[in-house]
Amino acid sequence: MMSVPTNLNYTAEHEWLDTTSGTATVGITLYAADALGDVVFVKLPDIGSSVTAGQVCGELESTKSLSDLYAPVTGKVVETNLAAVENPAMINQDPYGAGWLFKVEIASLGSLLTAQEYQAQIS
Amino acid sequence: MRTPLHENHLALGAQLTDFAGWQMPLKYGSETTEHCTVRRDVGLFDLSHMGEIYVSGTHSTKFLNYALISDISKVKVGKAKYTMICTADGDVIDDLVVYRLADDEYLVVANASNAQVVSSELTHRSHDFTVSVIDRSLETGLVALQGPQAKVVISKFVSPNLIAELKNYSCMQTEIIGIPILLARTGYTGEDGFEIFTSVDQIARIWELFIDEKIAPIGLAARDTLRLEAGMPLYGHELNLEITPIHAGLSRIIAFDKSDFIGKSALLKLSEQIDRKLVGIELETRRIARAGFNLVDESGIVVGQVTSGAFSPSLGKSIAMAYLNSNIDLATAKISVDIRGNVEPAIVVNLPFYRREE
Repeated sequence: MMSVPTNLNYTAEHEWLDTTSGTATVGITLYAADALGDVVFVKLPDIGSSVTAGQVCGELESTKSLSDLYAPVTGKVVETNLAAVENPAMINQDPYGAGWLFKVEIASLGSLLTAQEYQAQIS
Repeated sequence: MRTPLHENHLALGAQLTDFAGWQMPLKYGSETTEHCTVRRDVGLFDLSHMGEIYVSGTHSTKFLNYALISDISKVKVGKAKYTMICTADGDVIDDLVVYRLADDEYLVVANASNAQVVSSELTHRSHDFTVSVIDRSLETGLVALQGPQAKVVISKFVSPNLIAELKNYSCMQTEIIGIPILLARTGYTGEDGFEIFTSVDQIARIWELFIDEKIAPIGLAARDTLRLEAGMPLYGHELNLEITPIHAGLSRIIAFDKSDFIGKSALLKLSEQIDRKLVGIELETRRIARAGFNLVDESGIVVGQVTSGAFSPSLGKSIAMAYLNSNIDLATAKISVDIRGNVEPAIVVNLPFYRREE
């Protein structure tokens, strides 16, 4: 069974987020990355744009298929991971680390899952 | 259906996919890594789903020359030929590799999706000839070793002198660890490599032999990107019953100078003018131009359609094969691909995208 980091929060759409500071760092889970297959293209929200929890804010395209990226929180995008855009293989190799996607200044949190709840969803 | 290597794939952690009714390994890990392993080193494929049809009898050569579009009489014993079987209208029923095993004995290898159609079509076409057409698809196992190191690996089990004599598109009857095989220097990856035919009862021993040699197993996902980079058509994508070999840019395999063959008059007529042709496409975006997406000109008018597309691991860019209307002037036209409403600039390039260094 695939274990999920316990220090993060999750969404039902397989995003993780780290909310330890006022800014949320967002990525996709290892489970999602494995299910997608090798990611070849990423479209992230623009810096300065507003995203709404639960709404589509980008795209992830793998060798196999195209998936929408959902915003797990509402707020303003303050940073995007350009390295992952240029080399999306990072998302498969290190989804919880170097393969993070974007950072949001949190206005409000959406409906989040604890690590335990997310673990239960993917088990 | 399951190949004789089904349990082996499960043991290797393969993700399986349905392909033409067969449960086939899609990938064992990362498909991109598998692709690069074949380009740089060597990989092992299970191709036991493919069709193997044996043609023998005194009229074999005459019969295949009538049934297929190439000149089979020019294929020497121990040689192989890429060819097609077409309808009377010149449309492609399947693309094939024909191996001449003896003066009057051939092995016709068909795509898994078409094995039965090819077998029954050959039988149907054979009525006026003294030949027997026997479909041994379900009795035959097939694995391929593909990549620049394939000859090093095969030479551990077959005399290196024999391997040196076995040129590209050649075949011979030999054995590996005492198992009789047909060994062919053919493949579908654009690399040097070998295909090994044997009975379904023995194929697992050969597969395990190579797995024990630490050869990486390769799934269908990588097989598809490898053949796409090599500019090789895939039936159901670049080829189908509405496409002729001329559209697909394969006129060179049609032997117009041989006497009658099925499809000849239609193909002769068509060779003067065709409405669309197969081209290579390279995109600026990393998005994938998938099969069915439209090619558009500057004014947004549809001028063609993508048949296969992928992100090319070797080129590091998004590539595709597509049918483009013949009236497009490539010197001036600006072609784009409509990817779900995103108009992505593309350039038309010569095939193949990738050619191995000799």
